[in-house]
Amino acid sequence: MSGLPPYASTGQRAWYYSFRVICGLIFFFLIAPIVIIVPLSFNAEDFFTYTPKMLALDPEGFSLKHYRDFFGNSDWTRPMKNSLIIAPIATILSVSLGTLAAIGLSQSHVPFRRAIMAILISPMIVPLIISATGMFFFYSPLGNWMEANLGMSKNLVGYIKVILAHAVLGIPFVIITVTATLVGFDRSLTRAAANMGADPVTTFFRVQMPLILPGVISGALFAFITSFDEVVVVLFVGSSGQKTLPWQMFTGLREQISPTILAAATVLVAFSIALLTTVELLRRRSERLRGMSPS
Amino acid sequence: MSDTTQAGPVLAADGTPLKTSLNRALRRQKMRALALIAPLLIFVLVTFIAPIGDMLFRSVENKIVQDTLPLTVAALADWDPGLRELPEEPVYAALAADLQVAVKEKLHTKLGTRLNYENTGMSSMFRQIGRDVTKWDLATDGPFKEKFIEENKGWGDFATWRTLKSYSPTLTSGYFLNSVDLEKGPDGIRARDDNQRIYITLFIRTLWMALVITGACLLLGYPVAWLLANLPNKSANLLMILVLLPFWTSLLVRTSAWKVLLQEQGVINDVLVAIGFVADESRLQLINNQFGTITAMTHILLPFMILPLYSVMKTIPPSYLRAAKSLGATDWTAFWRVYFPQSVPGIGAGAILVFILSIGFYITPELVGGTKGVFISNRIAYHISSSLNWGLAAALGTILLAAVMLLYWAYDKIVGIDNVKLG
Repeated sequence: MSGLPPYASTGQRAWYYSFRVICGLIFFFLIAPIVIIVPLSFNAEDFFTYTPKMLALDPEGFSLKHYRDFFGNSDWTRPMKNSLIIAPIATILSVSLGTLAAIGLSQSHVPFRRAIMAILISPMIVPLIISATGMFFFYSPLGNWMEANLGMSKNLVGYIKVILAHAVLGIPFVIITVTATLVGFDRSLTRAAANMGADPVTTFFRVQMPLILPGVISGALFAFITSFDEVVVVLFVGSSGQKTLPWQMFTGLREQISPTILAAATVLVAFSIALLTTVELLRRRSERLRGMSPS
Repeated sequence: MSDTTQAGPVLAADGTPLKTSLNRALRRQKMRALALIAPLLIFVLVTFIAPIGDMLFRSVENKIVQDTLPLTVAALADWDPGLRELPEEPVYAALAADLQVAVKEKLHTKLGTRLNYENTGMSSMFRQIGRDVTKWDLATDGPFKEKFIEENKGWGDFATWRTLKSYSPTLTSGYFLNSVDLEKGPDGIRARDDNQRIYITLFIRTLWMALVITGACLLLGYPVAWLLANLPNKSANLLMILVLLPFWTSLLVRTSAWKVLLQEQGVINDVLVAIGFVADESRLQLINNQFGTITAMTHILLPFMILPLYSVMKTIPPSYLRAAKSLGATDWTAFWRVYFPQSVPGIGAGAILVFILSIGFYITPELVGGTKGVFISNRIAYHISSSLNWGLAAALGTILLAAVMLLYWAYDKIVGIDNVKLG
């Protein structure tokens, strides 16, 4: 498909261009819904559609009022704060445990490797609703026990439950990305470090970690977005004190749909563009380091 | 020089036989690998596998009758429901004693709710008897059989006792029977009444819609993956962003976008009215039905189809197609006989991934599916948060889990979990 040969027949020519048009339409289908809501979030009216004033590009048709609501109203700032508390802690937890385990898994002799891998990947495969159901049954007595015996406040226990649940959901992503990075890791480097008298901890932090860092960071970003974007488990496991941003959007969409949701959505789109850029830059860097052609 | 000719095992530097020494080193290596994995493995087992196990157990657990009415269960042990007779007076006396305790601890309404799932009407029977049973004197007020039947005719109904008897063991298959539209009848297992049969329909609908979504993703994903794999790297990378951006965008954002687009007063209907395709009065109903769910979920899951397809197609050398054509194949034959068979692993990987993800979807069907476009997951959530029939939710979840595990196993056979790639 790379270029049309000069001897192509009319039929081939027609197919070549219609195929491109079809692909263009599919790309449009992929991207249009995300693009369309961005201008809508600047709507001066409380409508979910383009007003005549907006189509005429009249400045009066646009306003920032939904953004003022998003950044000023405690209905939205509290969930935002909760999301920014829960997601980083869950990410740190899954990255630290996940990286260690990925290093263990990439050793040459690991007993029961397949079974262990299957268990560690399962949080990604099991449907969220089932994980949420199981955690709902299991975590509520656990939470009651922590409240009664460890003297923790209800709010703190709620955070702990949600963070643990989110951490475990992020683990498969960390395992997958870090083991993929470790495939290209030159094992003689750690041996060389040991040979020069470095203990395993020093070797890990000074030699191995800097080299696999891109993989670890992209795993962390996956884990972060998993927690940041998660609704089902937090709905079942958390209480209203742990309401996160997606939860607020979910109730907003289900009950009283307010245009502030579009402002929230636009902020999240900007956020995901930032994440995507970071991941792409990291991927290219690690490919360059491995001597592959920088694509 | 003499020790090179010496017979016997080869020795390591410290004098132990080399074989033992190597074995010990290997064992130490294995232990170290396991020690590195152990913290995470324990973490996952406790925070994830244990909850799933708890759910599996709850789908058969049934301690409530035994716990609330211990004396009655013991008294019923000798009663044979096959004879189709009401139990004798001692059973009623035991029930009165049990209920007095249960009412004091406010457990009888819970039990009534539980038994109401199996035999409609028992909830009100328990509530009603709870008001009066505490006034009875167990020693003098007998016989209780008449008193119970006087209170509510249900206590003189054979079916009530059969239900109590069949749910007195601590394990039950009742939830599973319920989730496939069966129930325990007088002569064993039978189908539920027509108006109570919903789960088989729902399971079939879930599978059907997941298949349609997988098909739609394949149909839309294949050409795009082909284009991306065959374009020069520079432009392919640029177009790849159009695939990756939706992949990274929040699920809620994409669902809200579709909700905004598909509404009756939404963007799509407005455009259709503006170009005169539909009249203003007869705007299309695009949301809160199966169409809404399928459209939104196809959009959400499309990147999961494109990425595996792309990574497989990238490995197919374009020279194969050229070779086929130079041997006289038409474009179609070259594609169908040469290229397509090589892309089948990608199709398998993408299709199973999309199918697994879609049969467990909850958020999007809940928001854009209305009543006709919801999945089994929505029913599970309903039983957890609204009807509080947790056992049934667990049984439905277990069936769904079994289906997913089967697919997961197939995925592992075809693709291998080690080969999952992201982004």
